[in-house]
Amino acid sequence: MSKVQSVLFVGVGGQGTILASKVLTKGLVEKGYDVKMSEIHGMSQRSGSVSTQVRFGDVVWSPIIGEGSADVIVSFEEMEAARYIQFLKPGGKVVINDCRIPSMPILAGKTSYPQGIIDELKQHAQVTAIDATGIAASLGNVKSANIVLFGALVQALGLNDIDWAAIIAGTVKKAFIDVNLKAFEAGKATIA
Amino acid sequence: MRELYTGDEAVARGAYEAGVSFASAYPGTPSTEILENIGQYHEITSEWAPNEKVALEAVIGAGISGVRSLAAMKHVGVNVASDPLMSYAYMGVNGGVVLVSADDPSMYSSQNEQDNRNYAKFAKIAMFEPSSSQECLDMVKEAYRVSETYGTIVLLRMTTRVCHSKSLVTLSDRIVPKPVAYVKDLSRFDDVPAYAKVHRHEMIERSRKLRQYSEATPFNVIEDNGSTTGIVTSGISYMYAKEVFGDSVNYLKLGFTCPLPIDKIRAFRDSVQKLYVIEELDPYLEEQLCAAGIDCIGKAVIPEEGELNPDIIRKAILQEQNETIPFPAEKIVPRPPTLCAGCPHRGFFYVLKQRKDTVMVGDIGCYALGGTEPLNAKDMAICMGSAFSVAHGLKKGFDVAGVRTKVVGIVGDSTFYHTGINGLLEVAYNKSAVICVILDNRITGMTGHQENPGTGYTLSGEPANHLDLEEVVKALGIRQVRAVNPLHLDEMKAALDWAYSFTDEPCVIITKWPCVLKKYSPEDKHDFDLDKTPCVVDTAKCIGCRKCLTTGCPALRFDPEAKKTAISQEDCTGCQVCAQVCPVKAISRKEASK
Repeated sequence: MSKVQSVLFVGVGGQGTILASKVLTKGLVEKGYDVKMSEIHGMSQRSGSVSTQVRFGDVVWSPIIGEGSADVIVSFEEMEAARYIQFLKPGGKVVINDCRIPSMPILAGKTSYPQGIIDELKQHAQVTAIDATGIAASLGNVKSANIVLFGALVQALGLNDIDWAAIIAGTVKKAFIDVNLKAFEAGKATIA
Repeated sequence: MRELYTGDEAVARGAYEAGVSFASAYPGTPSTEILENIGQYHEITSEWAPNEKVALEAVIGAGISGVRSLAAMKHVGVNVASDPLMSYAYMGVNGGVVLVSADDPSMYSSQNEQDNRNYAKFAKIAMFEPSSSQECLDMVKEAYRVSETYGTIVLLRMTTRVCHSKSLVTLSDRIVPKPVAYVKDLSRFDDVPAYAKVHRHEMIERSRKLRQYSEATPFNVIEDNGSTTGIVTSGISYMYAKEVFGDSVNYLKLGFTCPLPIDKIRAFRDSVQKLYVIEELDPYLEEQLCAAGIDCIGKAVIPEEGELNPDIIRKAILQEQNETIPFPAEKIVPRPPTLCAGCPHRGFFYVLKQRKDTVMVGDIGCYALGGTEPLNAKDMAICMGSAFSVAHGLKKGFDVAGVRTKVVGIVGDSTFYHTGINGLLEVAYNKSAVICVILDNRITGMTGHQENPGTGYTLSGEPANHLDLEEVVKALGIRQVRAVNPLHLDEMKAALDWAYSFTDEPCVIITKWPCVLKKYSPEDKHDFDLDKTPCVVDTAKCIGCRKCLTTGCPALRFDPEAKKTAISQEDCTGCQVCAQVCPVKAISRKEASK
């Protein structure tokens, strides 16, 4: 009996967290896992903080991840990783896009973007910081940053026995298959 | 093949498999995707109604015609639909009728977290509470059987976490029952007192029969794990309890919760030494157990507010907490939702907030965000469609008190058609000098772009009746009406100057510009210049005054060291509100790409 594993995707509305979690759950269902996924949308979509939770194993009860129990957090933005860090198991893994999106209080000049988040996280977790946005841009489509991060996640979870290339090809629009497959491989290569 | 479905998708699938022929809804998080998904099944006539009362009434009519029908809405929508609900609850059904209520514990996208299980008890109708997507599908199908067997409208009560979580479902084929013949019979479907008195007696009898169903249905199931501790639970709380306690306790999982299977609960109580009731929000189960003399522990340890989760239950009952990673709070800046870059509402709010001696009454929609920093243009908001009527009362009260403050009421186009139209009728009929503003962005925005009576299209994409908003407003009795482009700040300011000049009669301003995220219709493209070429900052001109940041646009980036503003080219849609605000004309649009 395989125990339940939990992955938390976090980011800013519009960054493509939902597509990444969709690719993950498709692969897990094909592999025969029981899978639950939960997301909150509505008001939080409008440039707000967003999260998607995925849990998989033989039998999954709760669709939501408790505090201190996520195996991996995939963060599409620096500060969002910090916002959700209480959900990570101490010593768990963080895959983080080192991209900074200022929120409204920062834009309005009430405060500045916090420094040293990645260093702070490294004291408590296994952190892999990736310039996913830069990698995606160099591949020709900045929007494939989510699949770069997904590649790193697959490596972090050790889920290499699933044909992810086929699942990505079956999920994204035809014109973007090639760039996303390259993004996936580039993401995988960031974690040895 | 098993598929991963959200609860909303599974309800839609259940409606399809149950042979539902007519469905109607008004969008509202977390219920919206139910009708959006039903709309994908072309066998079902699916419609966005102007509001939830109309949706339920249309569904009742379809049911009386003899086909199976379904209405879906968020929890507060049921308040709007409660008049037809409480009346039709007295009658039997022809074709089965199911009402889906999607409640929002923790108020992720709502103004309250009312527990709509109380409606089922209040209306004396049957209720199911699914805990997974498979149950959503199965319970919808069973709900039609119950509806037609017992002659009752059935409430399917969901919560945000059930609506928006995905879990595996097994699909079946669609089976359409033969429509029940409509036969004129006033004694069945006329609610005049003479018949209503008979219906009232029959519904009490119906409750007794439903109670027997509740005792017997496999949706109310005992899981005996040989423990001396028992848990009674329903909905998503069951999943949380299983997560925490696994097979270490006995469960009575309730899927059919109105009326409750009191005998079964009592027998379960007698089989254990200690009984917990784990339920989200109100002590709906607990109070009924207590009334039946069944000793239990519920809200003494489980919170009565907010969404539950396994952590809360673990802490409440086992006094255990997972170890977590500490993180300095000062390194986490809040990220509240904001009006999108290019949102047409921004120009209006920016101009309105410059006005002194003004009270702004808002409403429910994206424009609720006009009350947040830095726009900060709102004083209050109550519920869907309330702005004009609340503004009317406020103005009348101010007049009595001798307060000369101007009162501005604001609704969106979809909210105006929902129930705002009634408020405007009140303003015109009982005459108050309220400035009524309709923010017409040609779509229902906040819930993710649903058609409405003003968009010119139906849910299925068919062209609909063209509705001229200015003519509607005039027909209600408003003489002073002006339409403006809210992205042109001078035009917007001139319209407010005009509106503020009226001291003894109401006026209406209609701001017209389509939602920046909308998929534009041919009419939108015809009526507006929708080029989205972004703006850029001439850094040589920028003096770092931050005036542009007071528009609250998320495409702006201020570099505190260089003391210059930049504009994110991925986010900017070229609305040019910031360019009009800039005192040194440092912002301009890139060469148009047309």
